[in-house]
Amino acid sequence: MTQAALLLTMKVNGDPVEVAAPAHWTLLEVLRYKLDLIGSKQGCDKGDCGACTVQIDGVPALACLTLAIQAEGRSVTTVEGLSLGQGPGRVHPLLDAFDRYDAAQCGFCTPGILMAAESLVRERRAPVTRDEAAAALAGNLCRCTGYTKILDAVVDASEQILANVAKGGAGEPSTSEGEVSDAR
Amino acid sequence: MLRLPHFQVSAPTTVEEVVAALKEEPGARLVAGGTDLLPNLKHRLEAPEQLISLGRLTSLRGIVRDDAAGVLRIGSQVRLAEIAADPQVAELFPSLATSAGLVASPSIRNTATIGGNVNLDVRCRYVNQSEFWRGGIGGGCLKSEGDVCHVVPKGRNCVAAMSSDNVPVLISLGASLVLVGPEGAREVAMADYYRADGLRHTKAEEGELTTEVRIPLPTTPRRVDYVKWAVRKSIDFPLVSVALRFDLDGEGVDAAITAVQVVVGVLGAKPRQVSRLEAVIGRAMNDPEVALLVSEATFKQCKPLPNVPYEPAYRRQMIRVYTRRAIQALAQG
Repeated sequence: MTQAALLLTMKVNGDPVEVAAPAHWTLLEVLRYKLDLIGSKQGCDKGDCGACTVQIDGVPALACLTLAIQAEGRSVTTVEGLSLGQGPGRVHPLLDAFDRYDAAQCGFCTPGILMAAESLVRERRAPVTRDEAAAALAGNLCRCTGYTKILDAVVDASEQILANVAKGGAGEPSTSEGEVSDAR
Repeated sequence: MLRLPHFQVSAPTTVEEVVAALKEEPGARLVAGGTDLLPNLKHRLEAPEQLISLGRLTSLRGIVRDDAAGVLRIGSQVRLAEIAADPQVAELFPSLATSAGLVASPSIRNTATIGGNVNLDVRCRYVNQSEFWRGGIGGGCLKSEGDVCHVVPKGRNCVAAMSSDNVPVLISLGASLVLVGPEGAREVAMADYYRADGLRHTKAEEGELTTEVRIPLPTTPRRVDYVKWAVRKSIDFPLVSVALRFDLDGEGVDAAITAVQVVVGVLGAKPRQVSRLEAVIGRAMNDPEVALLVSEATFKQCKPLPNVPYEPAYRRQMIRVYTRRAIQALAQG
């Protein structure tokens, strides 16, 4: 059987991308092995661990269970795009909080956790609670931390974002749409 | 790393195009969210040459209340996360909002569809493993590449378990599926849709596509629930899975029961509708006997198999316990 290649057009971290990939490749494989975006991790590769979590049109999804063709025409954000739109020299409040709380140990689960958490802390009126953070991260396995510091960091980041918004600063994290300049 | 087998893929935009594509390539597999099919392909449980992605069927992405027909119509491409968060579903069918919100994990619910979930392949601890693992037990079983059953020795019938959280609930609510194929559309009651054969566990015909789930709007007050037990509170498929529905002649907890539905999943390939529950008809919802009678009948009629983790004897007891507690909770306030 001949191997059909697909020519896919999508937006990745704000940039329009045209990429050729075999029909049986997943979005994760396209990101990692065609676009060199190796932040999204290939863990269990079957939907159990969440290490490959990216956002498709701003919604967390598992790149290992998304066929490349299912991302056609859509906007994909990976952990590499998380801090875009924060202004020069600034990182996303989640990254800052993960650093301050030592929420990453081996770090393998961190990219997926950040992308799942970002959709929770985005555009909130009140800070997230620990329970909300735990529910949002219920598909992301971490075998190092015991989750305590991760949940602390997500709650803290949510408070920081709201404080930044109150100050009128760059508190809104970059989503897949807008904000991110194509001419980065 | 688990690579997918080689296949071609198309992404039609209309139901007609999907039906035409299925006719052209009879071995093709439909992929909606892909959260069930892709792991199975990665485990080499199937190797279709053609996949048809349903991701562009935007016409099947609505939840519409149709008062004229007396049903809620849920398009087959509606995501489980959307069902769990939908205000109409929460108001009309709270047990469905519960079950949809208990499936797997948030990211999977963002991708998985209700059409995919009602067609979820049946699961077994000896099937849903890597090809390498299956080789370790002598080369698979009836449902994979072997010819024996590891669950029922000498069994010739595959007993892999229906593991959808939503299917027992939808059956308890009297839902039906709309299937579209080359002969046009037909509606099948979900109570009749599943077969007790793990190798071919639905009555979908070759070339058919599930386009809609229809749930009759409630005509009487009712109390419903879905109870799930799994080892972890996330990601896991259910090990105990019971949908409950009590139709009542009034709103209060002392209203009389006019009809009862108990549907249990994760036994064999077909969900079990518990029968012989007439003894509770006419009793008050808060009659303490109701929880005992129903949970006892459910226990007697449901015999779990060693096809999913945890001992069948324990799961059988837990079916009784979870059913009883859920009914006791329904009878409060």
